[in-house]
Amino acid sequence: MTAILELLSAICLLLGSVLCVTGGVGLLRMPDFFSRVHASGVTETLATPLLLMGLALQMEWSLDLVKVAMILILVLATNPTATHAMAKATLHGGQRPLVFDDVKDTGGEGSSKP
Amino acid sequence: MIAVAAIRLSDLFAVVMLFGVYSLLTAALFMDLDAVDVAFTEAAVGAGVTTVLMLSSLHLTKRWEALPRRSPVLGLLVVGVTGAALVYAVLDAPGLGDPSAAVHQHVTPRYIEQGQAEVGMPNLVTAVLASYRGYDTFGETVVIFTAGLAVLLLLGIQDDPRIRPGVSAIGDQVVLRSVVKVLIPLILLYALYVQFHGDFGAGGGFQAGVIFATAFVLYDLVFGDGSARAVVPPGWLHRLAALGVLIYGGVGVYSLLAGKPFLDYSVLAHDPVHGQHLGVLLVELGVGIAVFSVVLLIFYAFSGRGRRR
Repeated sequence: MTAILELLSAICLLLGSVLCVTGGVGLLRMPDFFSRVHASGVTETLATPLLLMGLALQMEWSLDLVKVAMILILVLATNPTATHAMAKATLHGGQRPLVFDDVKDTGGEGSSKP
Repeated sequence: MIAVAAIRLSDLFAVVMLFGVYSLLTAALFMDLDAVDVAFTEAAVGAGVTTVLMLSSLHLTKRWEALPRRSPVLGLLVVGVTGAALVYAVLDAPGLGDPSAAVHQHVTPRYIEQGQAEVGMPNLVTAVLASYRGYDTFGETVVIFTAGLAVLLLLGIQDDPRIRPGVSAIGDQVVLRSVVKVLIPLILLYALYVQFHGDFGAGGGFQAGVIFATAFVLYDLVFGDGSARAVVPPGWLHRLAALGVLIYGGVGVYSLLAGKPFLDYSVLAHDPVHGQHLGVLLVELGVGIAVFSVVLLIFYAFSGRGRRR
């Protein structure tokens, strides 16, 4: 039983780390603000609960486990909200997402202002 | 590295974000050094509230840093000399965790060995902060109160007619409102938990006050400028800040009236250990109330001023 739990915990932690790295790569390589915020939002909203679950599988039933569960739920709720808020604020600020026709028309510049 | 980037950038918006990241990394560094309470406070204050306050003040000033008009040589010389003097002084200090350091000879063993027995709480940090060095913490609380006073004297809380509660700056946002409606009670509950759990785990008055204020700041940000002011008027906050310091000082004065030194908690209850516990509870409450009201007052002072448009 412990071996299965450890294996599951290791898989969760590994998957979480891989997702985090993927999110980081996406943050750096994406061409536009909106795609960047989408990349980091989606990957990190999955990665953090995976990492937390990997940690939780290694703990015994205690108050700390309840706290980890609460953090997990909180992150699941607030990370997408923060992404939404960022995207909405940027839209309000005047930037528009980089769209395919713009790339074709203006040779890759797009409509994103600096 | 982050500090260097923050200095070199002239886009102040990015600099504020970098400061938030810097605070978070410093909190992680404190965790690495096993200073959990300090890490907690640094994360709550640095990566949370001061980012919002700096963004508010950025809204009132310019976003791009003005180019320096004078040559920086004199400033560089002063900084260099001061830095060299500080480094020279630090070289004399004992190393991290050095068991033969002066502070580890008498004071620290006394705190560690008799702290729980004398003060009656497992969290030694709170015991030292609130009981053994309660006078210093009183000074900190008064400093926070003075900072709030200074902001009120310099800026004041204006009744800007352009503030419209209920109208947010970025239009109608259903998602944010729904999520924040669920989150704010949880944040307040968490602040209360941190306040009263400071005896047993990481926590205490400072962190709890900041988190409590953060809930109101969040409400104000999402539900429209000035909506927090309708819930908690500035007049209340003036009195609450004074009340926080008064509770703290009042405990000290009560000890004086009972015949013991200032801030000696052992006279507060029927036996010294219970008295210590009650005293720590009361002073942490005073600290929490003072910090909450001052942080919220500073936020009101910054965010309520007229927009540049």
